[in-house]
Amino acid sequence: MSDFTSNFWSVYVTAVTVIGIAACLFLLWFSGKAKAMTAHDNTTGHVWDGDLREMNNPLPRWWVGLFVITIIFSAVYLAFYPGLGASAGKLGWTSSGQFQAEIAKGEADIAPIYARFDAMSAEDIAKDPQAHAIGERLFMNNCSQCHGSDARGSKGFPNLTDADWLHGGSPEKIMETLNQGRVGQMPPMAAAVGSGDDVKNLANYVLSLSGSPHDSVRANLGKSKFAACAACHGSDGKGNPALGAPNLTDDIWLHGYGESAIINIVNNGKVNQMPAQVQKLSPAQIKVLSSYVWGFSNTGVAK
Amino acid sequence: MNAPASTAEKKIIPIVASPDKGSIAPPPGADEETIALYEAHQKIYPRSVSGYFSKWRWALVFLTQLVFYGLPWLEWGQRQAVLFDLGARRFYIFNLVLYPQDFVYLTGILVISALSLFLFTAVAGRLWCGYACPQTVYTEIFLWLEKLAEGDRSARMRRDAGPWTLDKVWRKAAKQCMWIAVGLWTGFTFVGYFTPIHSLGMELFALSMGPWETFWVLFYSFATYGNAGYMREQVCKYMCPYARFQSAMFDKDTLIVTYDELRGEPRGGRSKKADLSTLKLGACIDCSLCVQVCPTGIDIRKGLQYECIGCGACADVCDTVMDKMGYARGLVKYSTQNAVNQRWSGADILRHVLRPRVLVYSSVLLAVVLAMLVSLWMRAPFKVDVERDRSTLARIVSGGRLENVYRLQIMNARETHQTFEVSAEGLPDLTLSTDSSMEVGPTESRWIAIRVQLPYEGATPGSHPIHFTVKSAPDAAVVTEKSVFIVPR
Ligand code: SF4
Ligand code: SF4
Repeated sequence: MSDFTSNFWSVYVTAVTVIGIAACLFLLWFSGKAKAMTAHDNTTGHVWDGDLREMNNPLPRWWVGLFVITIIFSAVYLAFYPGLGASAGKLGWTSSGQFQAEIAKGEADIAPIYARFDAMSAEDIAKDPQAHAIGERLFMNNCSQCHGSDARGSKGFPNLTDADWLHGGSPEKIMETLNQGRVGQMPPMAAAVGSGDDVKNLANYVLSLSGSPHDSVRANLGKSKFAACAACHGSDGKGNPALGAPNLTDDIWLHGYGESAIINIVNNGKVNQMPAQVQKLSPAQIKVLSSYVWGFSNTGVAK
Repeated sequence: MNAPASTAEKKIIPIVASPDKGSIAPPPGADEETIALYEAHQKIYPRSVSGYFSKWRWALVFLTQLVFYGLPWLEWGQRQAVLFDLGARRFYIFNLVLYPQDFVYLTGILVISALSLFLFTAVAGRLWCGYACPQTVYTEIFLWLEKLAEGDRSARMRRDAGPWTLDKVWRKAAKQCMWIAVGLWTGFTFVGYFTPIHSLGMELFALSMGPWETFWVLFYSFATYGNAGYMREQVCKYMCPYARFQSAMFDKDTLIVTYDELRGEPRGGRSKKADLSTLKLGACIDCSLCVQVCPTGIDIRKGLQYECIGCGACADVCDTVMDKMGYARGLVKYSTQNAVNQRWSGADILRHVLRPRVLVYSSVLLAVVLAMLVSLWMRAPFKVDVERDRSTLARIVSGGRLENVYRLQIMNARETHQTFEVSAEGLPDLTLSTDSSMEVGPTESRWIAIRVQLPYEGATPGSHPIHFTVKSAPDAAVVTEKSVFIVPR
């Protein structure tokens, strides 16, 4: 719109439009007649090369009428809709207005479908085939970008189909996560742990917690260093959903598998963010979606 | 040979616009004056005609309209035999269920139509225009209704020129009612190809048709009414693009409706008993019937003209005149330019049918038809689309295996449940970590997430081509689709 803050472009566009329409009218009128040699033999009387003559095959007048109709249409259109420079037109139509109207209409259209789920429990919604289909589409459009279309996540993006929940896996907790988003913060701990060797030992201890392949000598040496981690991950390494601290004793590796990945995280820390969806989705949609997501790890319910 | 006096001038302009507005040569001393380049529509009153070609036309009217009006009412199993369900994007043609992905068949049909048009045009001119084009067919129907209500050409002309009498009013009203009824029925049938016609009929009686259906029924009705009732030859002369480029397919051996000038000229009236040789007249008795029956209002005796749609009406009517006069038929007839000029017989014409252009058109046409039939025959009863997951490039799952995620869209083109068996090949030790068998409902398409695993370091970093094989359980039809497996660094 900044183009139109000065009057010039508006006037310019208006002039081009109006002159263009007028020129069409003029052309129609002007080309309707011609001065020609006429012999009343359906030729214009023009002769070239001695024997080549130009015929007069007139345009049917009804076709001229169609041109006139388009000119009338353009005038009416420009009166009602924007088109003449900055003029908004009689109807005050805007594309964003139409967009909003269509959103409102769309929401009104789907409201009765969601109304059915209002009184249902999350468990029941997860079992409902219609809710499942809706949840799947919501998930594909809003969640699969990070968590994958099979909801199994990838490095840095949690798998939603296992029983491991950073912030709790009850339907209420999932809904809370969806509404407010989450920030997972692991501070760089290298300083608190000690030397590079200490970090390596610690990493092997962490691997041992889940029974992953590790160097048991180093793991033993690293055990004492785990005190620095226990504040969040608990002394047994089982994590803390209240803080969003992952369970380190299972075989699930959000930020990468193996010694080097663990060393990297301890040294550099990590801030992970799940964006809040409350702006994007309606409460009814979030309810269906959280039940759908809950259904992943509570099998027998969803696929 | 009684060569017509106008031959010399005709060389100058072989194609003459109609209606004739006088002699060909400009009279000496013609003046310059202002002429109008837009022309008011001159109504044409075609006279009805019967004869050999008109029988053919009516046969084609019946055939095409039987198909058009009848097809949507045919049932096939539980559904309409031919239905183009735009909303669900499924196109049903008897036992074929087509998806938008089968668009290539529509292309094939269009290519076949175009090539047939080329072929027929090269051999026999505007066969399509004269006999099968909807514009011709509906004009024929509307003209027949017009004749029912208002009588034939002369009666219509007299009534139109006369004052508004009660007789004129009710005849015109009757004609309008019939036209509108045919128009509406045509519009209704047309929409019936896109919305199940039985329920459309119910909705029509309950006056509860949807806004779009109402719009298209009315739109198509109006188009039929306007084009067949009023626009008629104007469509052929000014709107139809095919009429503009068909001359590219004509040559001197193409069959056209033509007036045998050598035989007909000089034209002139005479009594039936008069002796031709003493009269020094040609066979044309100048009855102008050929002009009266012409739906585009031209005079075929002026030679081949772009307005002529090759309907053969003039040939039919002239044959009846020749019969009455006791002359040989065929003063106006289907013939070729070469045949007329060189006095060829029918056998000569036949001998010139297989020209290079005809052979090329027919062989290409045959090839496309065959390719289409073979591809339809070999078509698997389902389709598969493989998409790599939108976000996950690759991931490591418990046990340290490398996993890629794909979404398979399986489109069932059968009207029964199908069970599919999916497998992935292309790398050693490639395994599916999801259920490999799945069921898809009749004519449904389903997206299924498929996870494929490889042992950690089972392949070098980078992308590796793999393919999915999907087998349908009942008849072991197989579809393979390519994709890639990505191993991160
Ligand atoms: S119908 Fe035949 S005889 Fe009559 S004017 Fe035409 S060409 Fe001549
Ligand atoms: S000239 Fe004859 S064939 Fe051509 S359109 Fe007229 S009636 Fe039909």
